Amino acid sequence: MSEILLAAENVTKQFPGVLANDDVSIRLRPGRILALLGENGAGKSTLVNVLFGMYRPDSGQVVIKDETVDLHGPDDAISRGIGMVHQHFQLVPPMRVVENIVLGAEPTKRGLVDLDEARDRVVELSERYGLEIDPDALVEDLPVGMQQRVEILKALYRNADVLIMDEPTGVLTPQEADHLLGVLRELTETGLGIIFITHKLREVLAIADDIVVLRNGQVVGETTPSQTSESALAEMMVGRSVVLQVEKSIADPGDVVLKVSGLEVDDDRGQIALDGLSLEVRAGEILGVAGVEGNGQRELVEAITGLRNPSVGFMEIDGEELTGGSPRQITKKGVAHIPEDREKHGVVAVYSVAENSVLNRYHRKPFSIRGILRRDVIRRHAQDVVDEFDVRTPSVSVPASSLSGGNKQKLIVGREFSDDIKLLVAAQPTRGIDIGAIEFIHRRILQQRDKGTAVLLVSAELDEILGLSDRIAVLYDGKIMDVIDAQDADRERIGLLMAGITG
Amino acid sequence: MKPQQRQLLYAGLAVMLVIIWIFYSADGPQTTAVLAGSVRAATLLALGAMCGMIGERSGVVNIGIEGQFLLSAFAAFTIASMTGSLFLGTIAGIGMGLMMGWLLAAMAVGLKVDQIIAGTVLNIAALGLTSFFYDRSRSLGMGKYTNIDLGPLADIPLVGTVFFSRPPLTYLTMALLVVVHIALFRSVWGMRTRAIGEHPGAADTVGIDVLRLRVFNVTLAGGLAGLGGSYLALEAVGTFSRAMSGGRGFLALAVMIFGRRTPFGAYAAALFFGFTTALQNQFQLNNTFDIPPKFVGMLPFVVTIIVVALSGLVGSMRDPAALGQNYEKG
Repeated sequence: MSEILLAAENVTKQFPGVLANDDVSIRLRPGRILALLGENGAGKSTLVNVLFGMYRPDSGQVVIKDETVDLHGPDDAISRGIGMVHQHFQLVPPMRVVENIVLGAEPTKRGLVDLDEARDRVVELSERYGLEIDPDALVEDLPVGMQQRVEILKALYRNADVLIMDEPTGVLTPQEADHLLGVLRELTETGLGIIFITHKLREVLAIADDIVVLRNGQVVGETTPSQTSESALAEMMVGRSVVLQVEKSIADPGDVVLKVSGLEVDDDRGQIALDGLSLEVRAGEILGVAGVEGNGQRELVEAITGLRNPSVGFMEIDGEELTGGSPRQITKKGVAHIPEDREKHGVVAVYSVAENSVLNRYHRKPFSIRGILRRDVIRRHAQDVVDEFDVRTPSVSVPASSLSGGNKQKLIVGREFSDDIKLLVAAQPTRGIDIGAIEFIHRRILQQRDKGTAVLLVSAELDEILGLSDRIAVLYDGKIMDVIDAQDADRERIGLLMAGITG
Repeated sequence: MKPQQRQLLYAGLAVMLVIIWIFYSADGPQTTAVLAGSVRAATLLALGAMCGMIGERSGVVNIGIEGQFLLSAFAAFTIASMTGSLFLGTIAGIGMGLMMGWLLAAMAVGLKVDQIIAGTVLNIAALGLTSFFYDRSRSLGMGKYTNIDLGPLADIPLVGTVFFSRPPLTYLTMALLVVVHIALFRSVWGMRTRAIGEHPGAADTVGIDVLRLRVFNVTLAGGLAGLGGSYLALEAVGTFSRAMSGGRGFLALAVMIFGRRTPFGAYAAALFFGFTTALQNQFQLNNTFDIPPKFVGMLPFVVTIIVVALSGLVGSMRDPAALGQNYEKG
């Protein structure tokens, strides 16, 4: 067996304006799990894309099984035994499991796809690796964890001896994630090597044999779980010491600000996404909505902010019925919204920072008078937002598209918080931004709460929910399974509720 | 297909057979004429629908079938009349269809032009070119394709006349239904085609060249529409006339949708639409209703609107997920 399964040697990759990988070297040995840790934009994805043949390095080499190779594309990497499980599954939903697994490398008999042979091989693989699956099920009917299993089998079917897993636990419940880690550990016993990309420190300590930490495109640390800790890893990732746990006082809830009852909402395909959902958020408290993504979170946020009309149900904000109200009516009532998709709903990329800072209020005094915008007032306001919310930008006249994700998000938060607000709807408020910006936004959300704002926090990051919320509602399949006081919340119980298991 | 749907299908077929038998007992010649007319009208629709479904299964909408029919009919007619060979004319029609298919693919897949606009370009170009170059003095000296009796099969009452005493391109179309069905649902090509129409990114990550396969498929499908054009000029009508495709390229898309983008489903739908056309012809011929013939002539189109609206309401059909979207790597 080869000494090194897969290695990057002094890989440098430059993109316009960014040095994504700067002299990066990693080595994966057979039977080991290498965790690649780093914040968004640290260069993890670039590195694995180089290893998978999607990008060619500007300098440096890729070594597969002790042999320096020149990869021309993913096919090249696949044929040399590299398998990749993408963060967003690359499966064809209306096709069967077996078809998805063999697609692109189909066994044939007399010119036609030999599905019987394919099924035999899938069954044989799933038995050998203990990855039980129904080969004839349609992928679209499978839960996310099973779909991930199909992806792993897809790689194994192609005789992979290296698996690259890109943020594999992001879409799983805690129990599913634990199960996956177990499966991966078993796979390594057959000599397989695994590269595990994540930003979750707990998982790294639980699963990795070797840890490589990336920051700004460089390797800033190599260690093993026994030699490190969560806080040491976080410090390596960020480059300074960080507070993992936000400090907060006990909430002092007031009157009910948001009351939703019996809400039924359809998703884009016309399927029921919220099924008779009811909840209440009081002034001065944070209600966290936990759940695996795709269980109605998006529809809930859109219904409350007026972006989507409920088919049935009742919604009241600060004592006034606003069921089916327009976004403007709802905003006027003092509702701030940090949208899930900041590029699509948060900022207008081609507008300037100044224009973006008044998107919710440009039509009102003092920002416009009789339909004419007052640019000087808007600019001054924008400058205040930029200063107060630490938005790093050369000026307020540059287009919002030139800001980094974290700075865009701080701009949005600044815009939404600069009015007197009664209710804050925050959807995935820290997705894909750096730890510094995350800390900042968390502190600001808590400040709002302490000022008496009711906060509805929707997040796929369970740690964020546990860290900020006063009460936690678990959403599953369009229904609230249970609402738990944050003091009594434990990861295990919430995980089960996220999977729809009660009791 | 789910068991209930299958049962419903069989029940429907049985009821239809009984009705046909009753009509046939009452008036043999009329019934035979209407059913033979249905098959005649269905051939063109089936070819157009197969062209459309191969494109759509790969994620490319082709609304240029109408134009492909028309220009291919023109090419088939012109070459046949120049060379005196129906066979060479047919080949020319298919060739023209392939060329137009490739043109559509080059625009919609290669240059990433909006697929609807690219298809519209084909339609407008075909109408303009054929109107401009149309030469009234041309004709098919040797006549059009004639019926070939398939031995004893042709002697079966009703069925023999309707299915087994047909001109050659109709037989070819029926054979192609089987070929396309097997290719789409059993071959490696078909599996990859369905994959790139549903999730091109997934196909890409397993090494399938999405853009190349789309170009190949849309071009190949153009050949089927080209055969349709040849059929129209050399077998159904026996001449060329201005705008002779008469909206049937669009009707073929309705047939394709109603047939759930499967060849046999499309053929069943094509027979149904063909039936409305044949019925309407027969009404006009016999002057069954005392109303202006133009109104009777509306029948197939009114039925199209109703059926497409209903199939939308029933709504169990889902489009390929990547339909109409250009694919960008990365």
